Amino acid sequence: MRAFSVLIVGVSPNFVMPGLSGSAGPIYNIITDYAATIVFLCMVIAVIRRLVFKPARYAVPAKYGKAHTADAIFLLSLIAILMVADSLFAAARAAAPLQAGHLVDPLAAFSLPWMLQKALASTSVATLGTIYFAAYLLHELTFYFLLCYRPFGIQFHVETSLFNIYFAKLDREILKPVRYGVSDEHLDQVKSFGVKTFEDFTWKHMLDFYSCADCGRCSDNCPANAVGRPLSPRFLTIKARDYSFQHYSILGSVNNGTALIGGKDSPGIYSEDEIWSCTTCGACEAECPLLVEYIDKIVDLRRGMIDDGNVPQSLQKPLKALESRGNPYGKMEKKKADWANAKEFQQVCRVKTLDKNNGADTLYFVDSITSYDDRMQSIGRATANILNHVGENFGILGAAERDSGHEVRRFGEETLFMALRDHNVDAIQASGVQRIVTADPHAYNALKHDYKDVPPVEHISQLIAREVKAGKIKFNPIPNENSVYAYHDPCYLGRHNQIYDDPRDVLDAIPGMNRVEMTRSRDRSFCCGGGGLMLFYEPKEDQRMGVKRVEMAAEAGANVMVTACPFCMVNIEDAIKVAGLEGKMTAIDLAELVDQQIAREAPEDDLKQIKTENNSVEVERGNSSLRKKSA
Amino acid sequence: MEILVCARRVPDTSENEIQLNRAGNDIERDELVYSINEPDNYAVEEALQIVARTGGTVTVATVGGEDDEEILRREMAMGANQGVLITDDAFSGSDGRGIATILKSFVERGHYDLVLTGVQAEDGGARVGGMLAALLDYPFASLVTSIEVLDGQKLKIAREIEGGNKEISEIDLPCVLSIQTGINEPRYVGMRGIRQVASVPIPTFGASDLGIGACAVGEAAAKVKRVDYFVPALGKGAEILRGTREENIDKVLELVAAKGGLK
Repeated sequence: MRAFSVLIVGVSPNFVMPGLSGSAGPIYNIITDYAATIVFLCMVIAVIRRLVFKPARYAVPAKYGKAHTADAIFLLSLIAILMVADSLFAAARAAAPLQAGHLVDPLAAFSLPWMLQKALASTSVATLGTIYFAAYLLHELTFYFLLCYRPFGIQFHVETSLFNIYFAKLDREILKPVRYGVSDEHLDQVKSFGVKTFEDFTWKHMLDFYSCADCGRCSDNCPANAVGRPLSPRFLTIKARDYSFQHYSILGSVNNGTALIGGKDSPGIYSEDEIWSCTTCGACEAECPLLVEYIDKIVDLRRGMIDDGNVPQSLQKPLKALESRGNPYGKMEKKKADWANAKEFQQVCRVKTLDKNNGADTLYFVDSITSYDDRMQSIGRATANILNHVGENFGILGAAERDSGHEVRRFGEETLFMALRDHNVDAIQASGVQRIVTADPHAYNALKHDYKDVPPVEHISQLIAREVKAGKIKFNPIPNENSVYAYHDPCYLGRHNQIYDDPRDVLDAIPGMNRVEMTRSRDRSFCCGGGGLMLFYEPKEDQRMGVKRVEMAAEAGANVMVTACPFCMVNIEDAIKVAGLEGKMTAIDLAELVDQQIAREAPEDDLKQIKTENNSVEVERGNSSLRKKSA
Repeated sequence: MEILVCARRVPDTSENEIQLNRAGNDIERDELVYSINEPDNYAVEEALQIVARTGGTVTVATVGGEDDEEILRREMAMGANQGVLITDDAFSGSDGRGIATILKSFVERGHYDLVLTGVQAEDGGARVGGMLAALLDYPFASLVTSIEVLDGQKLKIAREIEGGNKEISEIDLPCVLSIQTGINEPRYVGMRGIRQVASVPIPTFGASDLGIGACAVGEAAAKVKRVDYFVPALGKGAEILRGTREENIDKVLELVAAKGGLK
């Protein structure tokens, strides 16, 4: 408004904006006087911050390109000049009639125009006229230059971020489809999958590039960046923005030379390792004030690489095994239920494999790692014990269950994911269950958001929390008084599904529980290193994410890390060894801890009730954790 | 350059638990999953890379049955121009020489500058490549770990020799090379790629198409016959060191040094 009225004043000196001619005018002027002063001071502070204090976050490592400091100072200076010119204009305008002895509306005390007016108090009217005119010209030229320059400078985000937030994805937890508006059935007709060239990004993703304020919060929170993997979400955006300026330059020809993703011999703006380094933990997105999306872009870039056959050798074997055997380990389908069929365990808890003759209300979706990994099978047995204890009529799919495909999809292999998903959906529907429970947050996320037409799904921590509240689960006190527990939020339970309180409520319900919080917890949880196919990927890094995480737990004073995800367990247990904290730190899954601590002296009639409800489930008393026996 | 890659479908060793059948004369094949023989996959990738540099086409051929089409499609999805299935009841039970004889007839029908095979089949004995070259009277090099096309007539190849050393040779075209794994990094083939070539016709050739007499191949002509399969008895367990960490480190160093692992 100020800019427009000043422009009109150039033609008609006594112009006043409609509505400001009465008593509102002086109030408005005082506000603009102070506003100009505050903006000017802010610019000075920002310049000093950029030049003197240089926050570490603003630094640009050489591998990611050059800093934009010069452009930043230039833009800050333009705004500062604008404020000074405007204030000088107002000061000269007020000083002239004062010298002539006329009364004028006073300028706001101690504001920039007020100070300039005091400084001009003894200046002749003729000089004031010149200053008035010069300040006017300076203001107009700077103002319109700034307007024209903005789309080319780093400050364009101020304008685009409004639209970026308005057009932000509302269903963040749902991964971007390969192509918006193309159904799964028609995907075969799509010629190219994913992002291979800059133009393959969606318009919204391009808007993201312009809208990034380059603040660096994403990279400060990115676990991959923290352990020295070649990935920084901030520069994923900034490099693309710089690329778009070079690609479609104002002067000169369009430069189509540089590839988006570089290979061994060809340079690109991203490296392959950069794109594979992301664990899709979501820390960057949780932190971004302008709602820039990262996971969808990473997945789209991976889809492009998969489509071109550009996949690290370490990932090809597990992907091939997922295709032929339905799990990344290449294990036989018929061994999928071995964890439940061990004789010793069967005596304590019989787990049904669902088929035509064996139905159940609840499906326990186990997923690959819990089915096949010796260590993680203990989580499966603990989960089955808990379901058994609360009288749930449940079963598993056994050989009919394929990998949930959660990481397959996030690694960009959409077609393989669809095959796994379709197989599982058929098997789940055929089983006739009403509910699904899983102890694996990755499977939980897949079933909840990636699958359609399956019954509602719950993570075991939600079920336990509910049963604790209902009084069906009671706990024995923690045996070791010296145990200090810290709960590690798995990314796909916490950040991606906002299940923060249920696991904590369960822990706090155990008598004698001494629990501490790590500084980075809940939506700022630090990824343990990633699950699924990420376990097969060999990243270039200085340190393991898990080691950093275990050290955070130690710093918080904990000696037992509780998590609720089998992949977290792999990473954390490995990290404890790597960090040399064996004997000082242990890790346990929430389900395992609950199974250990459950007070199994249930009242007689409760037991009877469970028995009559479900004949195939035999309720046993006493501690049934196999892991404890075999340990 | 016209390149032929001879490939084979084998039980995938990383995704199967190989067990003997009851009779003890073969492995249990009921629940096996199959894939392309791994070294053959490297050979196809190498052929594709050569063609990308010099132009030409890549044909992948396999001697087998209908089930073996699966690997031809996979290699076509990878980029091979054509897959060829060489199949005939008369071929079953052929030994290495029989397979080489069949392939020889096929090679002679085309104009291939270069014939590649994997270094060996995972369930075979590295027999076919050398015999195929001999039957064709082509020069042959085995365990090839790099190929450079010098001009239209020659290749410069590296061969892996004992101790990780390399031997560089020139070889005249046309020739047969057996490709060692590690020569390149084969590209990934996803389900989508295979689907896209699912309806591409695969030409088949039988004994009469190739002019092969029934007495030259098949079980009757085989001069090498499998008589038994056996699983070696488990050896003595590993040595477990049970000292302190420092003692164990010293002991490990001593053992490794004793075996010549440290110089």
